[in-house]
Amino acid sequence: MKPSSPPAARSGQAPRPGSSARPPHAGVPARIRAAFFASPRDTVLTLALVAAIAAMLPGLLDWLVFDAVWGAQPASACEAVRGEGACWAVVREKFRVMMFATYPFDEQWRPGLVILLLVALPVLSAWPRMWNAALPAVWVVGILLAYWLMGGGLGLVPVPASQWGGLPVTLILTIFGIGFAFPLALLLALGRRSGLPVVRALSITWIEVLRGVPLITVLFMASVMFALFMPAGLSVDQLLRAQVAIIVFVAAYLAEVIRGGLQAVPRGQYEAAKALGLPYWRMMGLVVLPQALRIAIPPIVNSFIALFKDTSLVVVIAIFDFAYAVKKSVETDVEWKKYFVEALLFSMLVYWIGCYAMSRYSRWLEQRSAGAR
Amino acid sequence: MDAPAVLIQGLEKWFGDFQALRSVDLEVARGERIVVCGPSGSGKSTLIRCINRLEVHERGRIVVEGVELDDDLRNIDTIRARVGMVFQQFNLFPHLTVLENCTLAPTWVRRLPRREADARALALLERVRIVDQAGKYPGQLSGGQQQRAAIARALCMEPSIMLFDEPTSALDPEMVKEVLDTMMALAGDGMTMIVVTHEMGFARAVADRVVFMDEGEIVEIAPPAQFFAAPAHERTRRFLGQILAH
Repeated sequence: MKPSSPPAARSGQAPRPGSSARPPHAGVPARIRAAFFASPRDTVLTLALVAAIAAMLPGLLDWLVFDAVWGAQPASACEAVRGEGACWAVVREKFRVMMFATYPFDEQWRPGLVILLLVALPVLSAWPRMWNAALPAVWVVGILLAYWLMGGGLGLVPVPASQWGGLPVTLILTIFGIGFAFPLALLLALGRRSGLPVVRALSITWIEVLRGVPLITVLFMASVMFALFMPAGLSVDQLLRAQVAIIVFVAAYLAEVIRGGLQAVPRGQYEAAKALGLPYWRMMGLVVLPQALRIAIPPIVNSFIALFKDTSLVVVIAIFDFAYAVKKSVETDVEWKKYFVEALLFSMLVYWIGCYAMSRYSRWLEQRSAGAR
Repeated sequence: MDAPAVLIQGLEKWFGDFQALRSVDLEVARGERIVVCGPSGSGKSTLIRCINRLEVHERGRIVVEGVELDDDLRNIDTIRARVGMVFQQFNLFPHLTVLENCTLAPTWVRRLPRREADARALALLERVRIVDQAGKYPGQLSGGQQQRAAIARALCMEPSIMLFDEPTSALDPEMVKEVLDTMMALAGDGMTMIVVTHEMGFARAVADRVVFMDEGEIVEIAPPAQFFAAPAHERTRRFLGQILAH
């Protein structure tokens, strides 16, 4: 595009004689042939896979859907179709225990609200319009509200954290884990590249130590050792310890992901920002990080997804997260114990929905910013 | 104020063991147009990058409009806000539109209200004749348009001194002229300019003095007429012979 050419010359070009307006386009049959039957080997492979799917799919669908027991049915109904149909009745039967575990039954509307709150908070934060100074305030309100609803007081019946469980616990660990680990990781990533030796050394130590050990050991340490570092008489509840352990652990990983993004931003960008007189934090916040984070969207969301699923490890320090609540809900009932697989599939579906939502959001963010590069 | 725009005394700069600048002295008056030329690696880019402290000098003094460049961060910020810079690779911010590129520093450094910053940016984009591209991202512009946008971005901070670091070297030949025309218009307005370039035609037409550098030192400073007609040093003659031969 030559700057000197008037706009009319650009838009009003007449098509050259003899050339069609569109590039030649392959028809549907040709494209199918190219995709599935391009060579004898492709043809054999295609036919074999189609045959395998055709052989397995009806049975699978029968078990999952058509012969399955749906709705509120007794265990005896499941027993009748055992081996032929799935027992989704177990999910209906144990739903409350799976979702809220040992939380007092009459108060379970509270963790129910917390689930809604903890879904709304990230959805709100994912909206680029919300990326301003008010967002941290929204989070503070969200955290206070969640802990009030869960823990009670101020007019609500107190429920000690030892009775919390199920999906709200998983969501608390995940959402607040992401909410705190992300800003912390930003500071660690910047700290690792800082010109100040003390800041750099501390950041490197944090990242390398926590990245070098399994999350389970960090959880154990948080559970056992926390008490030793705390002043006598001050006890921190188990859930908060797990929360802190997850945050410091994930922040170490995330910091390296962000650092990768930072390294992909050309030096000229820093220089142009400096030459315009932008001080360090403005340069980082307005010029460097927006580009670095955009580059690092896929691995950042990858870390978030891993965090969501890794919260199920808190079971090792006796916290009743969602995965464990689902397992326990059927294990402890002789009548329903046999339908463990169905319960497990249900919990997998819940995790998958969360992860897939994050994955789609990541794709959307990437495409949204595609025009700017 | 009678202080010169830029005063450089005994400037020395090393990259590791390599000495990039050797006791450079240069005084630039207000409104003066200086063209710095020399073979690659001669230290000319390093010299102007020291003036807004993108490079830190090891010895000597740099005083910009009476403010000394030392380790005092406030002085550095003061000077950077007064000195605009244009880079060989444009270095526009790719995640912002052309207009946002131009208003970023005025709103965040100068604290200009949004509307004023927009008005100023649009006026300057008009001046470099790309106001119709204001809503586009840098990646959608030609090289020449990007460089003119970069000039407008620097001018939005209302600098009193402009540094140009080989502004046309990364451009396709047919786009060099539009950028040079923009720079000449700027020179006509009385802006203090220090330009590192190989465009000898520009030097002849615009420069008050031409500085020739080689191996980290200033070999010769002369008005263009004298510089091109009767260079005093053998090294200058050899360089001009090479660069003007074709």
